[in-house]
Amino acid sequence: MSNVPLAPEQASTIAPKIDLVLYVLTGLSAFFLFAVCAILVFLAIRYRKGTKVNRVIENPDAKALELTWTIIPTIMGIAVFVWTALVYFEYSRPPENAMEILVTGKQWMWKIQHPNGKREINQLHVPLGVPVKLTMTSEDVIHSFFVPVFRVKRDVLPNRYSDLWFEATKTGTFHLFCAEYCGTDHSRMVGQVVVMEPEEYELWLSGANVGVPAASAGEKLFTKLGCVTCHEGTSPRGPALKGVFGKEVQLQTGEMIVVDEDYIRESILNPQAKLVAGYPPLMPTFQNQIREQDLFTLINYIKSMSDEQNAKSGTTS
Amino acid sequence: MSTVAIAPESALMPKRHYANVRHSVASWLLTTDHKRIAILYLVSITLFFAVGGFFAMMVRLELLTPKGDLLDGDTYNKMFTLHGIIMIFFFLIPSIPAVLGNFLIPLMVGAKDLAFPKINLFSWYLYIIAGVVAVTALVKGGVDTGWTFYTPYSSTYAKTEVFLAVSAAFVAGFSSILTGLNFIVTIHKMRAPGLTWFRLPLFVWAHYATSLIQILGTPIIAITLVLVAVERIWGKGIFDPSLGGDPVLFQHMFWFYSHPAVYIMILPGMGVISEVITCFSRKRIFGYEFIAFSSLAIAIVGFLVWGHHMFVSTQSTYAGMVFSFLSFLVAVPSAIKVFNWTATLYKGEITFEAPMLYAFGFIGLFTIGGLTGLFLAAMATDIHFHDTYFVVAHFHYVMVGGMVMGFLCGIHYWWPKMTGRMYPPLLASIAAALVFVGFNCTFFPQFVLGYLGMPRRYHEYAQEFQVLNVMSTAGASILGLGYFIPGVYFIWSLFWGPVAGPNPWHAKGLEWQTTSPPPTFNFEEDRPIVVEEAYAYSIEGAESVS
Amino acid sequence: MSHSSDSLVAHHFEDIEQQNESAVLGMWLFLAQEIMFFGGLFAVYLVYRYKYPEAWAAGSTDLDIVLGTVNTVVLLVSSLTMAMAVWSAQTGRQKGLVRYLLATLVLGSTFLVIKAFEYYAKFVHHHVPGASFSFHSEHFPNADEGHVQLFYCLYFIMTGMHALHMVIGAGLLIWLITLALKGKFGPDRFMKVELTGFYWHFVDIVWVFLFPLLYLINRHH
Repeated sequence: MSNVPLAPEQASTIAPKIDLVLYVLTGLSAFFLFAVCAILVFLAIRYRKGTKVNRVIENPDAKALELTWTIIPTIMGIAVFVWTALVYFEYSRPPENAMEILVTGKQWMWKIQHPNGKREINQLHVPLGVPVKLTMTSEDVIHSFFVPVFRVKRDVLPNRYSDLWFEATKTGTFHLFCAEYCGTDHSRMVGQVVVMEPEEYELWLSGANVGVPAASAGEKLFTKLGCVTCHEGTSPRGPALKGVFGKEVQLQTGEMIVVDEDYIRESILNPQAKLVAGYPPLMPTFQNQIREQDLFTLINYIKSMSDEQNAKSGTTS
Repeated sequence: MSTVAIAPESALMPKRHYANVRHSVASWLLTTDHKRIAILYLVSITLFFAVGGFFAMMVRLELLTPKGDLLDGDTYNKMFTLHGIIMIFFFLIPSIPAVLGNFLIPLMVGAKDLAFPKINLFSWYLYIIAGVVAVTALVKGGVDTGWTFYTPYSSTYAKTEVFLAVSAAFVAGFSSILTGLNFIVTIHKMRAPGLTWFRLPLFVWAHYATSLIQILGTPIIAITLVLVAVERIWGKGIFDPSLGGDPVLFQHMFWFYSHPAVYIMILPGMGVISEVITCFSRKRIFGYEFIAFSSLAIAIVGFLVWGHHMFVSTQSTYAGMVFSFLSFLVAVPSAIKVFNWTATLYKGEITFEAPMLYAFGFIGLFTIGGLTGLFLAAMATDIHFHDTYFVVAHFHYVMVGGMVMGFLCGIHYWWPKMTGRMYPPLLASIAAALVFVGFNCTFFPQFVLGYLGMPRRYHEYAQEFQVLNVMSTAGASILGLGYFIPGVYFIWSLFWGPVAGPNPWHAKGLEWQTTSPPPTFNFEEDRPIVVEEAYAYSIEGAESVS
Repeated sequence: MSHSSDSLVAHHFEDIEQQNESAVLGMWLFLAQEIMFFGGLFAVYLVYRYKYPEAWAAGSTDLDIVLGTVNTVVLLVSSLTMAMAVWSAQTGRQKGLVRYLLATLVLGSTFLVIKAFEYYAKFVHHHVPGASFSFHSEHFPNADEGHVQLFYCLYFIMTGMHALHMVIGAGLLIWLITLALKGKFGPDRFMKVELTGFYWHFVDIVWVFLFPLLYLINRHH
């Protein structure tokens, strides 16, 4: 039995924090369970039929006792809740400087694309000590990206982006699982996360099987699909896209919306859904005309247009 | 054991009672007597339990080895789906309410029947129709969506009998709604003179809370399943992402019912425990009002926690916080119940008959189930545990460790009332111990498996998970034996069991004031009049028991 | 309590009051269940309307407001005749009871026939969701076809569920009419009529919500 593992490794920055919540909860639970069982057994033995013990109850009214065991667990529950919510915030907010990798789930494989365009299937190579943000989408049903040693998991949905971030703290090869049931080969939709030293990762990244870097491939798509005719410089037909990512824009309805991946995606697939104020509804839809990976590449390119902008404004200010 | 009074059979066994007034098959199938309908349910849910148990056995056998060598992926997926659908919709949800609730609520409130006897029979027929549809789905090739029917897999991608399966769950839902409706009206309008709300047995309070959930929650799953069924027919529908439909909306609607449904399963079990603990400690229940209102609190707050099933589903962080907070709160009323049951033992006169052993087992297992629920209500740990074996272990501790223990507890407690006969007490205690041990061996290793990261619904798994899976399967065989033994001695007891008499446990409560089994209209003489509180046990009075 | 009413009390009730109160409470609980059932649909409607206002406006404008309005009037009048039927039963007006029940049945059927015509028109124009769905609106060139299809999914499911309730209500009315013709109702026994009335009014109220939400609220020209 010595080869039965009882705990998974901790290989990300958030793993020890989640485990600490787990240990405390386990401790509290074990205490309550032990207390209840011990008292139960003690009372059952002491007051079993036939024992000669005092059974006269002096004070049958025990409101104080009821209040005690109502209020103490409530306070403990609220305390744990606050703490666990703080850890959850950390999990749900990727850091600004995170390196971005695209993950596409489909029945039953994981397709990964690195920032330089390098692609892999059912394997994810990541550098040690660098925050990595996965932008994930599905081509069919709902999947869930789960790396036990990182203690992170997030559903991967069709027609929408979800993100998941982690910073690896241990090199090695770890399990990657699909955690949301997705059909026949759900249990084979597994893979490996390979954590490497940053230099090794760079080496691996520049090795064979390198595609066109996502951003420059995006530039090509931007031209090829004709986006460039209305969305560059100032055109009355469409808003310029330089520097808009992450900013708020006003819609025709008067609402303000933050330009994020999902909004850009929606505007490509269904341009008239949320028109920016002051522009006519001219743009054709690209629904069913663009592959999921190309769409991501394109969105990445639009984002990169803003990165340059931000970098510039950062230096001038 | 020693408390079973021995007296001449003729004095204790009534000549005419509900079960032998007429003998034809039609007299059973067309009965409107709540006690006969309860027996119809008992037989049918036992059959479904066996079918669901068979699927569970196949799942456990497949998981003996890391490679999918016994079943292929599709077959395995159908096995766990059918296990879930049958156990939840055809065993757990109807079990205590439709069998024990049906049999006992009119007796406990001193009525001749439920308010709507024909609707009660109709509920059973709906249940049977739903069962036939489910079996049809099974025979035509099964269904592989998981009992949760998540879209868009269920609505668009699955190639199995999803339509029939959701139809079965839909119809079973209406059976459940009508049972709940019947209970609420009976409890409100048909209580015996003197039986005020706070003299009601806690079993009745628990069923009142359960019925509220059945009436207000079940319609939501019904309409959700209609939406999935329509999408299957049209090929396009509400949850279709290619139209801009939102598959996560399905999860919200599904869990709006299916989380409260957990309380449909556990609250009646808690009701049983309150009856049994008091009877075998010869004590009034400690904190009657707290237990009664905690049932209602669970029913109400239970409606507001569904989002804790969706912490990793991209639901907003703030929504997640609210759901997490309320999930911590809903643990409090459950804790109150456990503390009050324990306190009831204090200065009691405790005996250890089989129902009491099951009640002890319930408290232990339910406490584990409830406490591990906190790990899933806590958002940080839920990120890791969501959709792993930890969740599987947790809800089996609540539903099997809680509900099935509660059901067996109740059946052992009221069996003499239902049949007029006793079962062999020693064998019953051995079976209770086997169930307890087998259950823990089966499901405790799964907590560790979940922590290690083994996801649910995997028929193949990584090598390092094998040892724990083998332990779990070994435990399941003990558990299976533990469930099998009562089946045998209950059938034996029907024919050869010693006659029990009207009140073998010297219990309080109106159901014990009539003969065992009761006559068709429950009470031979006039309507009973209630003059004291529930559980008016006194140790002095119990001294006359030999 | 008179002796004549004792014979109407089912074996398991103590007296007629208990029986009637139970029946009324049972019906209210049933309607609570119905509210949750339709409530689920209304929730879905609101979620998508918030997400896709343009498509909702397009779909809404495309519905036949004349037929919708006529049907609303038909249904409201049927509620009146149903209320009259209950009153007739309570006051022992046998002929009036039959007439009002018949009138309610005729109005209910009229509603269903008009609804069938509306459905047929949608079918002809390929507005029924599925593979052959197609939609184009001159007023709303920007409305996404997929989103409009969602609107039509909800339109058919909501009005379809309502129509199903109407069909059940019509069945209940036919049953009541046969009982009324046999003289089974009177001032001391009218619960069946009253409870069917509850149900009928509830189904009407559902329509009172459906009509503005589907036909009116997003209408543009």
